[in-house]
Amino acid sequence: MSEEAQEDNHQAEPLVYKRSPAGTSAGGTVLGTPDVAAVNKAEDRTMYASRKRVYPRRVYGTFRVAKWVMMTLSLSIYYLLPFLRFDRGIGVPDQAILIDFPTRKAYFFAIEIWPQEVYYVTGLLLVAAFGLFLATALAGRVWCGYACPQTVWTDLFVHIERWIEGDRNQRLRLDKAPWTFSKIFKKIFKHICWLVVALATGGAAVFYFADAPTLFIDLFAGDAPLTSYIFIAVLAGFTYLLGGIAREQVCIYMCPWPRIQGALVDEHSYLIAYDDKRGEARGAHKKGSSWDGRGDCIDCKQCVAVCPMGIDIRDGLQMECIQCALCVDACNGIMKKVDRAPNLIRYSPARVGVGGAVNVGKSPLIRPRTVIYVVLITAILAIMISTLLNRAGLETTVIRDRNPLFVTLSSGNIRNGYSLNVINRLPHDRQIKITVTGIEGVQLRPPFSDNVTSFTATIGPDQGQDMRMFVIVPLAQWRALDISDTRAEVQFHVEALDDGEMLAKTTAFMGPKK
Amino acid sequence: MSEHDKPDIDDHTGVETTGHDWDGIKELNMPLPKWWLYTFYVSIVWAIGYMIVYPSWPSLSGYYSGLIGYSQRDAVAEDIAEANSKRAVYSNKIAAASFDEIRADVALMEVAQAGGKAAFGDNCAPCHGTGAQGFTGFPNLNDDEWLWGGTLNDIEYTIQHGVRFDGDDDTRLSDMPRFKVDGILDRAQILDVVEHVTKIAGGEADADRAARGAALFADNCAACHGADGTGDRSQGAPNLTDAIWLYGSDKAVLYASISNSRKGVMPAWAGRLDAATIKQLALYVHALGGGE
Repeated sequence: MSEEAQEDNHQAEPLVYKRSPAGTSAGGTVLGTPDVAAVNKAEDRTMYASRKRVYPRRVYGTFRVAKWVMMTLSLSIYYLLPFLRFDRGIGVPDQAILIDFPTRKAYFFAIEIWPQEVYYVTGLLLVAAFGLFLATALAGRVWCGYACPQTVWTDLFVHIERWIEGDRNQRLRLDKAPWTFSKIFKKIFKHICWLVVALATGGAAVFYFADAPTLFIDLFAGDAPLTSYIFIAVLAGFTYLLGGIAREQVCIYMCPWPRIQGALVDEHSYLIAYDDKRGEARGAHKKGSSWDGRGDCIDCKQCVAVCPMGIDIRDGLQMECIQCALCVDACNGIMKKVDRAPNLIRYSPARVGVGGAVNVGKSPLIRPRTVIYVVLITAILAIMISTLLNRAGLETTVIRDRNPLFVTLSSGNIRNGYSLNVINRLPHDRQIKITVTGIEGVQLRPPFSDNVTSFTATIGPDQGQDMRMFVIVPLAQWRALDISDTRAEVQFHVEALDDGEMLAKTTAFMGPKK
Repeated sequence: MSEHDKPDIDDHTGVETTGHDWDGIKELNMPLPKWWLYTFYVSIVWAIGYMIVYPSWPSLSGYYSGLIGYSQRDAVAEDIAEANSKRAVYSNKIAAASFDEIRADVALMEVAQAGGKAAFGDNCAPCHGTGAQGFTGFPNLNDDEWLWGGTLNDIEYTIQHGVRFDGDDDTRLSDMPRFKVDGILDRAQILDVVEHVTKIAGGEADADRAARGAALFADNCAACHGADGTGDRSQGAPNLTDAIWLYGSDKAVLYASISNSRKGVMPAWAGRLDAATIKQLALYVHALGGGE
C-alpha cells in the first residue's frame, strides 16, 4: 500500500461516527484491510468525541469551478458593494446600499426605507426563506454547498492553508512533523493571512453602515468611531474562529439547517448519491483486468479525501453532507482515468435514507412542492414591488388628542387637538398646504396663531415634520350636526403645492352631548 | 448484564441509542464534541470569576459587593447625574432666556415643551389631570378662560406663587365673601342673583327674579366681576358670561358658590421647582391651546 493510500485510509475514518449500510462496511469485509475497526465499537465509545481534523484535497472539475464562481461573486459583492455609488441628489447619501442609523433610513439603490417600512425586510426575508426551501426541494443543501458564508469563507481559508502548507498529504505530513523553523513559519504565516482576511471581512461589514470611502480612510487614520473598531474586531474574531478554526464543526454541531433539511427534501430532490448498484462490489482494480463481476468503484477513496466535511458519501446521505459535489468531481476524474462512465457519484433523485437504493431515473422539477414555493415567492415579490411602486411621496399620520377628548372654549365652541406628522419622501423641499373639511364652519388653528382656513408649511427633503393643529367647530354647527353620539368626522387634506400630490386623512372630532 | 443495561443498537447505523422511545423514534447516543464540553467548563470558570468580580452573595448585614464594587444603584445615580448635566446646557439657556427668545428658538422650544410635559406629569397632573383637562374646582388649562391671565408671564407668576397659598406673600389672592354664611344676603336674594347670573350666562332664567338679581349683582358683585359680569383678571374674578365654569353652572351649584364662596388653593412652586422648570411649565401650559 502506498504512503498516500495509507494516509487516505486514516482519513477514511468518519468524523465522529459511522453510518454503514449493513454488509458494505467501508472498513473490513470488502477490502479486507485488517487495521481498520469500527469507530463506534461499544467498548471504545466515549461520552465526548475528540475532533478529527479534515484535510480536504485539491480537486478539479465542473462543481469546483461552480464553487469558484460562487465564491468570487459572493465575496466581490460583499467586499465591493459598499463602495458602489448611486446619485440621489443633494443632501442625501450617494451610497448605493447604506443603513444609516443616525437618520434612521436604509438605502438600497432607488429604494429608501424608513423605520416604519421595515416590513419590507420581512418580505425580503420571506422571499429568501422560500428561495431556500425551493433550492432545497430541488437539489438539497446547495445553499450549504455553494452560497452559505460559512462554506465560502471556510473554502477561502482552506485555499490559503493549501497555498502555504501544500495539499492534503503535505499538510498531513506537516502536522505530524516535529516543530522546525519552517513549520513554525508556515503556521504563523497562515494564521496571519487568515487574520488579514478576517479583518477585511469585519471591515467590509461596517462599510454598510457609514459612507464607505470616508470610513475607509478614517479607519486607517484612526479617526473612525470606536464602535467601528469594536464591530470589526468582533466580526473578524468570529470569521477567524468559524471559518479558519471550527470549519465543518460549525455545520455539524452549531447549525440547525442540517436538521431542518430532512423536512424539505423528498424522493424527487436531486441529492448527492453514490450509485451503489453500479459501484458495488467495490475493490481495487488492476489496469487491464476485467470489470466483469465487480462494481465500478475502485475504492480509491478520492471522494473521501476531497470532502470538506470529511465524510464518505458511499455510506449514503448523511447529516454532514453539504451537497457541494466535490466528490463528484473527484470521482469523475478517476472514472475517466480508469476508462469507466462518469457520474458514479452524482446529483440524483434518491430515496432519502442511509444506503437507500438510488433511483436512476430523472425526477420532475415541476411538482406541487416546487410550484407552491414559486407561487409564494412570486406573490410576495409582486406585493413588495407593487407597494414600492405605489409608495407615495407624501405621507401623513394624524393622531387625535385623547386627553382631553375635546375642549369647550369660552365662546362655547368645540376644539379638538391633533398631532400631525407629514413626511416628504422626495429629495427636495416641498411646500404643503393643510386644510380641514367635514363639518360646516370648521376652522384650523395652528399653535400661537389665529383661526385660519388653511395652513402652509415647508418640509425638507426626505424629512418628516411633526406639527400640532387645533380644529374648532362652532357650537351652533356642532348642535346642527346629524349625529347620534358625540363623535363626528373631519378630513385633513394635505396637498403638495409643487406637484399637486394630495392625500386625505379622515379622523374623529369629538364634542359634548347635544 | 441485566436486560436493562443491555445497549439498544440502531439497525440502520449500528449506533447505540439512548434507549428512549417516542412512538418508535429513537435517538442515537452520539458523543458530544469535546470542544463543546470545554466551552461549558469555560463558562463555569467565567461564572466563578463573575461572582468574585461582581456583587453576588448575600450576607447577614448586606451583601458581598464584589472586587470592583459595582452597584446598579450607583450606576443609575451616575446615569441620572450625567443626564442632568447634559440637560443643564438647555435648562441654563432656558433659565437665562426670555419667553420670546425661547419661542424663537425651535430647538429650545422643543426641549421646553418636552421638559414642561414631564414636569407637568410629575407635579401638576394630580389636580389638573394628565391632559391638563382639569376637574370640578381644578381649572382646565386647555381652554381660553384664564382666572389670572393667560400670557406666558401671567402663567409663570401663577405657578411661582400659587393661588391663595399661605406660604407665599405674593400669592394670587381673591377673597369672595361667603354671602350666605356671612349674612350679607339671604336665601331669596341669593336665588335672585342666581337667576341673574344664569341669564347673563345665556341660560333660561325667571325674568322677574333676574331683574331683582341684577340690582343685587350691581351692589354686591359688580365690584369684582364687573357690571356686565365679564370678570376681572387682576382680582381673579371669573367671567360669568361665558361657557366655562370651574364648579359648574347649575343653579344649585351657583347658589352654593355664592353662599359659601369657593376658595381653591394651588401651592406656590417657586421654592419647589427651579426657575427653568417653571418656565418650561409655563411654555407647556401656554401651548396647550389657550395661551394668550
